[in-house]
Amino acid sequence: MKHPFGRSVFGRTWLIAVFIFLYIPIVTLVVYSFNDSRLSTVWTGFTFKWYVDASHDRELIDGLIISLKLAFMSASLSVIFGTFTAFVLVRYGRFKGRGLLASMANAPLVMPDVIVGISLLLMLVALQKWLGFPERGIGTILLGHALIGTSFATVVIISRLREIDHRLEEAAMDLGCKPFQVFWLVTLPLIASALVSAFLLTFTLSFDDVVIAAFLSGPGSTTLPLVIFSRARLGLDPSINAVATVIIVVVSIGVIASSLYQLRAERRRQREVADAYAQGKS
Amino acid sequence: MRKQSIMPRLRRLFTVRNLVIGIPMIWLFALAAAPLLLVLNISLAHMEVTSVSSLWHWADDELTLKFNFGNYLYLGEDSLYFDTYFSSLKFAALTTLYCLIVGYPFAYFISRAPAHLRTMLLMLVMLPFWTSFLLRIYAWKALLADNGIVNSGLMGLGVIASPIHMMQTPFSLTIGMVYAYLPFMVLPLYATLVKLDGRMLEAAADLGASPFKTFWLVTVPLTKRGIIAGSLLVFIPAFGEYVIPELLGGPRTLMIARVLWDEFFSNNDWPMASAVTIVMILLILVPMALFNRYNDQTRVGDKT
Repeated sequence: MKHPFGRSVFGRTWLIAVFIFLYIPIVTLVVYSFNDSRLSTVWTGFTFKWYVDASHDRELIDGLIISLKLAFMSASLSVIFGTFTAFVLVRYGRFKGRGLLASMANAPLVMPDVIVGISLLLMLVALQKWLGFPERGIGTILLGHALIGTSFATVVIISRLREIDHRLEEAAMDLGCKPFQVFWLVTLPLIASALVSAFLLTFTLSFDDVVIAAFLSGPGSTTLPLVIFSRARLGLDPSINAVATVIIVVVSIGVIASSLYQLRAERRRQREVADAYAQGKS
Repeated sequence: MRKQSIMPRLRRLFTVRNLVIGIPMIWLFALAAAPLLLVLNISLAHMEVTSVSSLWHWADDELTLKFNFGNYLYLGEDSLYFDTYFSSLKFAALTTLYCLIVGYPFAYFISRAPAHLRTMLLMLVMLPFWTSFLLRIYAWKALLADNGIVNSGLMGLGVIASPIHMMQTPFSLTIGMVYAYLPFMVLPLYATLVKLDGRMLEAAADLGASPFKTFWLVTVPLTKRGIIAGSLLVFIPAFGEYVIPELLGGPRTLMIARVLWDEFFSNNDWPMASAVTIVMILLILVPMALFNRYNDQTRVGDKT
């Protein structure tokens, strides 16, 4: 018996059962977005009216625009600070405060959102009393999202920095590059794919967040998750299903396209390596 | 003359290296560490009309420090807080256990699938994780309601005669939590399982171990790291979860994050909310330190 438990009937059943568990809520969201009845639980007929409703719903549309802007800015900041943090932790060896930096970068990965939200809010309130700014709004939510994002971006970029061949950077140094040139011309292009993954991940984290935004939002900064959350608390609303379906379709296309792209890039790299070896031998 | 002029010392401090270290250091200190220190500070104050009292007072060349431990004492006196902390720990532990029971075989079978299928299966695990967490929890409301999809399905099949009440019970909360956190358990488990050397299992089988014994004595110990990482990634955020208990939980599902939320937004009692936060952090300090150590260990391990 080569693989105990492997590829058995039991194994297949377990896989299928868990996948059904993971996908049932998503399928129901999509199916009931086309349901004619306002009661989201009874099927009465096919309709597009919730999509029309949602597209005229100012609250939802404004929330969507705010959330997209916020997620873009948060992902940009997260990738910048995540690159710094990862670079320092991987390439700078031992230095005073390394342990502190590593803990501060790790903590937000698991820290419950309510704690992050409440502590940042109390600090911003204290700052506002002392300096007169910042007012609560998109900017303050951005700080909270960028903190969480920095931690996640750091993890993604660290694992890529470890993979790349350190000798490439040393070679550039030997050939007379200044440290900044090495980083800009050698390291950065090598970790570019990780920067893209980190951007997409931190964009999603910001676009999804409701708890931190609830603490840090002010007038005029009601994000899409905040709108959805306040409606979901009251009950079921088919317009939410319509919005959900649009998000699910866009995200699925994005995820599938990016994994196909990565698969192709990987194959191309392998082919190039194989070609290089073949040429070396002849 | 050992006295050094200030300039060279300053120049040594402001090297490019220190500057590069300083940027993430200041950013993370300002947003992650400083706010927590402030929360500790406020938890020892008491509420004045629109703000919190100051801990220190300077008058007549005298510095007076005033710590108010009343908030913490109150936490001990009122059994609601104790019950809520306990109930949160219980739900987090149950969620972790169920995620492990469901997730371990799941990750195992994915890691044993043919290579070309593995990438696709993994993408299927990640896909729900990329779509909105809030919307996926919202979907469970329609599934579990009294006139919901699960009940009407079961009644249609004739399994049950009248709807089972599932919403706003410990059951609906646990389902929602396991559903939301399952990928966090599966991914670290998969990462260790896929690296598992198949020859070890063959050796155990050749030496006469039953499949169950092989699994228990070889596979599980070799994937300990994934089990610990996955459990911490589920347990700590589950303990402080707010959205799932708010949407799927009910009066019988006490969770500390909801109490904290009410203390802050409804009662407007910031010092009390801060004390609740500090005790929350103390309760997850040990798992957090474990997580931190685990992360650093893999770092050292990866280098060699």
